[in-house]
Amino acid sequence: MLDDVFREEWGRVLAGLIGSLGDFDLAEEAAQEAFAIAAERWPRDGTPANPRAWLMTTARNRAIDRIRRERTLAEKTRLLDVPEAVADDLDETVIRDERLELVFTCCHPALELDAQVALTLRTLGGLTTDEIARAFLVPEPTMAKRLVRAKRKIKAAGIPFRVPPAHLLPDRLAAVLAVVYLIFNEGYGGRGDLAAEAIRLGRALAELMPDEPEVHGLLALMLVNDARREARFSDGTVVLLRDQDRSRWDLDQIAEGRRALDRALALGGRGPYVLQAAIAGLHSEEPQDWPQLAALYGELARLTGSPVVELNQAAAMAEAGEVEQALGLVERIELDHYHYLHATRAELLRRLDRVDESRAAYDRALELVSSDAERRFLERRLTELTQGSEER
Amino acid sequence: MQYLLLIHQGDTPTPDKPDEWARLSEDEQKAVYGDYQAVNQTPGVTPGLWLESPEMATTVRVQDGRTLTTDGPFVAVKEALGGYLVFEADNLDAAIELASRIPAARLGGAIEVRPIKQG
Repeated sequence: MLDDVFREEWGRVLAGLIGSLGDFDLAEEAAQEAFAIAAERWPRDGTPANPRAWLMTTARNRAIDRIRRERTLAEKTRLLDVPEAVADDLDETVIRDERLELVFTCCHPALELDAQVALTLRTLGGLTTDEIARAFLVPEPTMAKRLVRAKRKIKAAGIPFRVPPAHLLPDRLAAVLAVVYLIFNEGYGGRGDLAAEAIRLGRALAELMPDEPEVHGLLALMLVNDARREARFSDGTVVLLRDQDRSRWDLDQIAEGRRALDRALALGGRGPYVLQAAIAGLHSEEPQDWPQLAALYGELARLTGSPVVELNQAAAMAEAGEVEQALGLVERIELDHYHYLHATRAELLRRLDRVDESRAAYDRALELVSSDAERRFLERRLTELTQGSEER
Repeated sequence: MQYLLLIHQGDTPTPDKPDEWARLSEDEQKAVYGDYQAVNQTPGVTPGLWLESPEMATTVRVQDGRTLTTDGPFVAVKEALGGYLVFEADNLDAAIELASRIPAARLGGAIEVRPIKQG
């Protein structure tokens, strides 16, 4: 129970402290002290009526004590401008939510991507350095060094603690969303706690930026994909969407994802996350609306210029019955070293009864494939193709 | 905050190399001069001194008490410093915006933004 309060409050308390103290390290140490005192006192004396205000007041008072002890530090902090008000209990209404300022600072493009991710998990997510290190499979001292260096750069280089002005916002928001999605995908590969953390961050962003369609789009995308997690693996191998046991999907979470997507669409969103969420949403419906999926993949391909997305578009077109057109598209895609391209082409040729060409395409795909499971799949298709043509 | 903006010309055509410079149209050449002037007149900017091209540099080392000189810059010519300016600004975002207005940044070079130590 205490853990839940801590996870809920850590980001907000820390953001508020950084905002008023103007110093990451000082704020973090003070927050840690306040949370430690709370962990000791609350079980004994009861949880205060306003835990957030209590934590913030305690942390700020700790910070002031520290500054008084280290006077040279005081000259460098904004605390000098607000000397006495901090002694009183903070009223919830005066605690500004500065998590948004914090996330834009942590995801500043002047920081290395790895550092952006680590800093976001540490400050907003409240994960310990050790937890982040384990999640990214690096030694704890390496992760600690990464965090220290990032915080030093924020201070030394003057990375601002603010929500970027309008002309910088689109690029900077894209950077924030990329960090959250990267955290999600790390978790989606198996470490569920990170995926859950990314969704938590996504929910917070949606609350803080209710008018940004891409924020809702990303949240929707994560919710829908995560809802299928249980069905995605069987005996340690990935199960393709069409073979998944749908009774193992989390339907409530898919519905929540749909609501987030509806919100994004209502805001006029047509960005890459909104489109990916719409695609993920359609994939979780039965039967799948292939013409609509093909159109969405096409829109996403134009937006991102990604040939892999174009390949998905071709597959959707074929499912929608446009096999000739799909083949035409596949033959224009420049991805010669990608085995899926040749496997897709082989499948389309097979459907068009162009058996020899199909066989050649399967051979090419087999030359390029690296995973054993994929190889077995392709070999089986090739055998079926040969048998099928002999029967005729 | 104070920032030192180090201008690395890279492949940027400059008047020091007339052949390359001639590849820019007259309008583009004018824009380069105009943009440098606008950058230098931006509030907070202290323009740097004009430097001769990196090929004119001499690099000095002392080994075992002996002074050794080599012809050329410390780093490769393309990576060498072409110019600099000092910018007093609120934060890194302002320095990045100024850097992106320096012509070398778009013509094949790059700008390094270095915070100057405070206190």
